[in-house]
Amino acid sequence: MTETLQDEAREAPTLPLHMRRDGFDPVPDMAAMRDDEGVREVDTAFGMPAFLVARHADVKAVLADSTRFSNESRRAFDAPGSPELSDEERERMRAGNLLGVDPPEHTRLRRMLTPEFTVRRMRRLEPRIIEIVDDHLDAMEKAGAPADLVADFALPIPSLVICELLGVPYADRAEFQERTSKLLDISLPMDERMDLGRESREFMADLVARAQAEPGEDMLGMLVREHGGGNDGDLTTDELIGIAGLLLIAGHETTSNMLGLGTLALLKHPDQHALVRDDPAAVAPAVEELLRFLGIVHSGIPRTTTEDVEVGGVAIPADSLVILALAAANRDPRVVPDGDRLDITRDAAGHVAFGHGVHHCLGAPLARMEMRIAFPALLRRFPGLKLAVPFEEVGFRAFHFIYGLQSLPVTW
Amino acid sequence: MKIEADRDVCIGAGMCVMNAEEVFDQGDDGIVVVLEAEVPPEHAEAAARAVAGCPSGALRRIDD
Repeated sequence: MTETLQDEAREAPTLPLHMRRDGFDPVPDMAAMRDDEGVREVDTAFGMPAFLVARHADVKAVLADSTRFSNESRRAFDAPGSPELSDEERERMRAGNLLGVDPPEHTRLRRMLTPEFTVRRMRRLEPRIIEIVDDHLDAMEKAGAPADLVADFALPIPSLVICELLGVPYADRAEFQERTSKLLDISLPMDERMDLGRESREFMADLVARAQAEPGEDMLGMLVREHGGGNDGDLTTDELIGIAGLLLIAGHETTSNMLGLGTLALLKHPDQHALVRDDPAAVAPAVEELLRFLGIVHSGIPRTTTEDVEVGGVAIPADSLVILALAAANRDPRVVPDGDRLDITRDAAGHVAFGHGVHHCLGAPLARMEMRIAFPALLRRFPGLKLAVPFEEVGFRAFHFIYGLQSLPVTW
Repeated sequence: MKIEADRDVCIGAGMCVMNAEEVFDQGDDGIVVVLEAEVPPEHAEAAARAVAGCPSGALRRIDD
């Protein structure tokens, strides 16, 4: 509860339209903007034109075109209040960040990682993920109700999975979980988040140095063995640090928020809750529908136009920021009938919760597997699972780059 | 129905394997391998879903 008080005491910046929510839903203004204009010029803190794109078809078209819509950030676009960085530091912080580079550099990095995330490779991880889920359910059962589903289940499971996969000591989790969570909290001052980014880099640099000295069987060890040999085109140490940092953040912040919010959504819809619990065939489509309905990544990385373009009939000049309203696009009535309703029996496969185009989530097969295992296991272990507080008291993380819950008190 | 895959465009997201594992696989490099270029009718619907769902646009469907 102290966290809520702190959040209120803090002078909160205005939340951009695409991040404003009413519980699970994008606010009515966001939905209206998608249904009427579709593309709107918006204010940002960055001092250059920015356009919010909300229709499903337009969002997909932008994401599919990495030539005219670049992921590379431009120096001129630094937000006011961001500290001056030397070219050297800027280059170091950019290295290995797949979300901040375009093809062909992006292709070079991504191709080194794709073998680690194949569907077949994920199936090999399945028994270990089942074991991790069961261990956490055992601990909850032993401790007895009530429990905080975020702290006891939703956060630690994806965290442990990505730690083992990557080769990060799980003992360090409290440290990196807190840091990551703050890094993605846009209500914190920019200089504080920059410092956290530096700390995070130092933490990953230590791990990379260890992997270079003695490469293990984990993903860091593999990257060092196969791509860290100092040959032409191999990964530099800075790139290894960047890749490892990105995978650690992406691996636990996202799935964990899906598990927390997804459980809350199912608890609010008892008939669908029962279906996920009792019908194994309902699980995979339910996961897709929860991904669509919750749209936890509000917008992903803003793109920058490399030339004058037109999106949804609106002219956008070169060097503009383009922000993609993913959560609103996932409920676009042009592609999803009655999209504000959660319906785990629908075909939700066209959603853009994992993005689209060359930056489509690398870890999507892992995230899907974790959710397909964790949701039914939780609901079967505690068939009477329910909220331990009124729904109105559940705290959503409004200022976070990835939507989620502060905590989820449950009983059974 | 025939399927063509551009292995240079593929990003290894694995969506095609998820949608139609009888028609698609991934090589050790994670990049798409088409198992059945001439898609049997019973897998046509799944293959069409895979083409529509491919995030990188690496798959192409050629109707007879």
